Amino acid sequence: MKKQILGLCAAAAIALSACGGSASDTSTTDGAAGDVTLTWWHNSNNEPGKSVYDQVAKDFEEAHPGVTVEVTAMAHEDMLTRLEAAWQSGDAPDVYMERGGGELADKVDAGLVKDVTESASDEIAKLGGNVSGWQVDGQTYALPFSMGVVGFWYNTDMFAEAGITEAPKTWDEMYDAIDKLKAAGIAPISVGAGDKWPAAHYWYYFALRACDSAVLDDAVKTLDFSDQCFVTAGEQLEKLVAAEPFNAGFLNTPAQTGPTSASGLLATNKVAMELAGHWEPGVMQGLTEDGKGLGDATGWFAFPSFDGQAGDPTSALGGGDAWASPADAPDEATELIKYLLSDEVQKTFAENDMGLPTNPSASQYVTDPALADLLAVRDNAARVQLYFDTAFGTSVGGAMNDAIALMFAGQASPQDIVDATQQAADAEK
Amino acid sequence: MMTSPTTVESTGAGVAAAGRSEQRPASPARTRRPRDWRMALEVIGFTAPALVLFFMFIVWPMIRAVEFSFFRWKGFGPLVDFVGLKNYVSVLTNDVFIGALLNNLFVVVMSIVIQLPVGIAVALLLNRKMRFQGILRMIVFVPYVLAEVIAGVVWFQLLQPQYGVIDSILGMVGIQGPEQGFLGDPKYAMWTVMVVLTWKYLGLAIILFLAGLQGVPAELDEAAQIDGATWWQTQRYVTLPLLGPTLRTWGFLSMVGSLQLFDMVWILTKGGPANSTMTMATFLINEGTRRSNYGIAGAASVILFVVALALALVYQRFILRRDNPDYADKAARR
Repeated sequence: MKKQILGLCAAAAIALSACGGSASDTSTTDGAAGDVTLTWWHNSNNEPGKSVYDQVAKDFEEAHPGVTVEVTAMAHEDMLTRLEAAWQSGDAPDVYMERGGGELADKVDAGLVKDVTESASDEIAKLGGNVSGWQVDGQTYALPFSMGVVGFWYNTDMFAEAGITEAPKTWDEMYDAIDKLKAAGIAPISVGAGDKWPAAHYWYYFALRACDSAVLDDAVKTLDFSDQCFVTAGEQLEKLVAAEPFNAGFLNTPAQTGPTSASGLLATNKVAMELAGHWEPGVMQGLTEDGKGLGDATGWFAFPSFDGQAGDPTSALGGGDAWASPADAPDEATELIKYLLSDEVQKTFAENDMGLPTNPSASQYVTDPALADLLAVRDNAARVQLYFDTAFGTSVGGAMNDAIALMFAGQASPQDIVDATQQAADAEK
Repeated sequence: MMTSPTTVESTGAGVAAAGRSEQRPASPARTRRPRDWRMALEVIGFTAPALVLFFMFIVWPMIRAVEFSFFRWKGFGPLVDFVGLKNYVSVLTNDVFIGALLNNLFVVVMSIVIQLPVGIAVALLLNRKMRFQGILRMIVFVPYVLAEVIAGVVWFQLLQPQYGVIDSILGMVGIQGPEQGFLGDPKYAMWTVMVVLTWKYLGLAIILFLAGLQGVPAELDEAAQIDGATWWQTQRYVTLPLLGPTLRTWGFLSMVGSLQLFDMVWILTKGGPANSTMTMATFLINEGTRRSNYGIAGAASVILFVVALALALVYQRFILRRDNPDYADKAARR
């Protein structure tokens, strides 16, 4: 008997809470005329980012009476998965993170993203060249809030131990450093080829060094990879793989998950360096017990050059995250995006080391020395090339990454990478 | 003299048929009651929620997948780019997919070749009266109880090159693992996955076989022993034939499971290195969620479905048929 009563109570409780849920749902839509609820998804689900963004939402609500901002903070991967599902069901949040390039172009083609060229013209002027990755046919669809570049993060102690006094600037010096590290019994480089994109970044960078800027611009537009420089990129990569600088098991090493991932190996003093972006110090901090990553031993140098390259040696591979809205989002969503790029929000963003701010007025507030250095590199770069897989879109980019991963396994030639990419690109046309 | 396998089987089938005929008369009488409509209403009322869910989450997605497979679709926006059978052609001419299909068939065959004899042997051993029987059975079954994701992550760590436990143990006895690690070398990766799968699923086979062995009447064993059969002969001519239906059912489950293989591979290798452990399921996930080629993923999923269905039908026709009552009746009449 007692059990039955308990069961009834439980059932009633479930029913009641269900009613409660539906009641509150209706109340949000029943609000006074003119009230707007904005949904905003972001991936700063750790402190201090989460609190910063909650406060930003509050401030925005205060400045815009009648507007409610519903903030959802989630882990990066979860956010991408949920976003994808949201686009498929036509239920994307009013403000979301957009990575730009071909991914954005696909959505723009389908008429899904709001054009902010007019409504955010002041912000776009301020951000300058940073917005180029989020423009399609001259129109701007998103405002980047964080942009970084990829380079070699290294353990300065290990370099000293191996007798390397200066960070390599050319590939000849790099091969010299690799030999010295190996002689000192240190695995030179970790790469998360299991996730493919970290391996692909090598080829992208070699292509960025090998190809003239105009060739790359043309390739992004026409998806034509017939220029010989793309083969040169593969030849350089083939040479690097043949030098066997990578960690044991690199073909199956993940990028950032756990201490045995590529970032984990660098953070736990198992290898001397890794090619990674501006996120690396943060990732390494998350993978070490004391939360410091490599700490004072953190060093950074740009991707080296090689003889006869056509690209500018200061050009950098990079990318960033931008805020965008679906085409059917209310105009207040654009207001929120503009506010997110304002001097004050970008300043807070910089002060809390949440990324590399794109609003020039905020650059001075970046406190982390590694990030501040990187910011200078980014701002002085002749060209910041958006990661090719993002620039070309997931379909071409995916085929490209798969072929590059095959080269790491010794199963693809320089020409194979170009062919696989071209084939996927032709399927798009 | 020993009883021949066929006689034992037909006796077994005869017993089963007799059991059925006893239960049979009850049902027709019930459906012929005057309040048929009430019965129908009850049936509809009780099955409707399940049917709704079934249609929403199984049938509808399947129909959509077939629909997607005829379009070039990026995962958002309307379906406008009809390409006919092009997606199917591109999947079937894709070396990676063919490799994935062969990997699936490799797992189907190797599961049966490895797990069937080992499973039977262990089940026969564990079926004898012995100390710690319960504990031993539990140990055998533990890997199957572990969630696939957890087992995968654990094995991934164990198999780390150099720092991993397995390489360390091998190092102690003077064996050096492959330089890239067992999961990082395209030559060994698929075999390594197979070892982990065997570890994971052998327990299920053994428990199923043990359950089947419970259904073997002790009298037959005794009778065989009185006839002078050795332990080995008893197993070979009495126990194994009676275990037949269990073995065939397990074979079916194992085959279907092998064709759908995804979780373990995704965690251990994501289909790599160099596509060496790609399965049809990892291929379609890769094409769909990673490359946004949902049309191609749709075509791959339809092909996976057709392959699984075809093999299932063949299995049904030629192997499971022996457990079919009609077949058994006919065999008995013969």
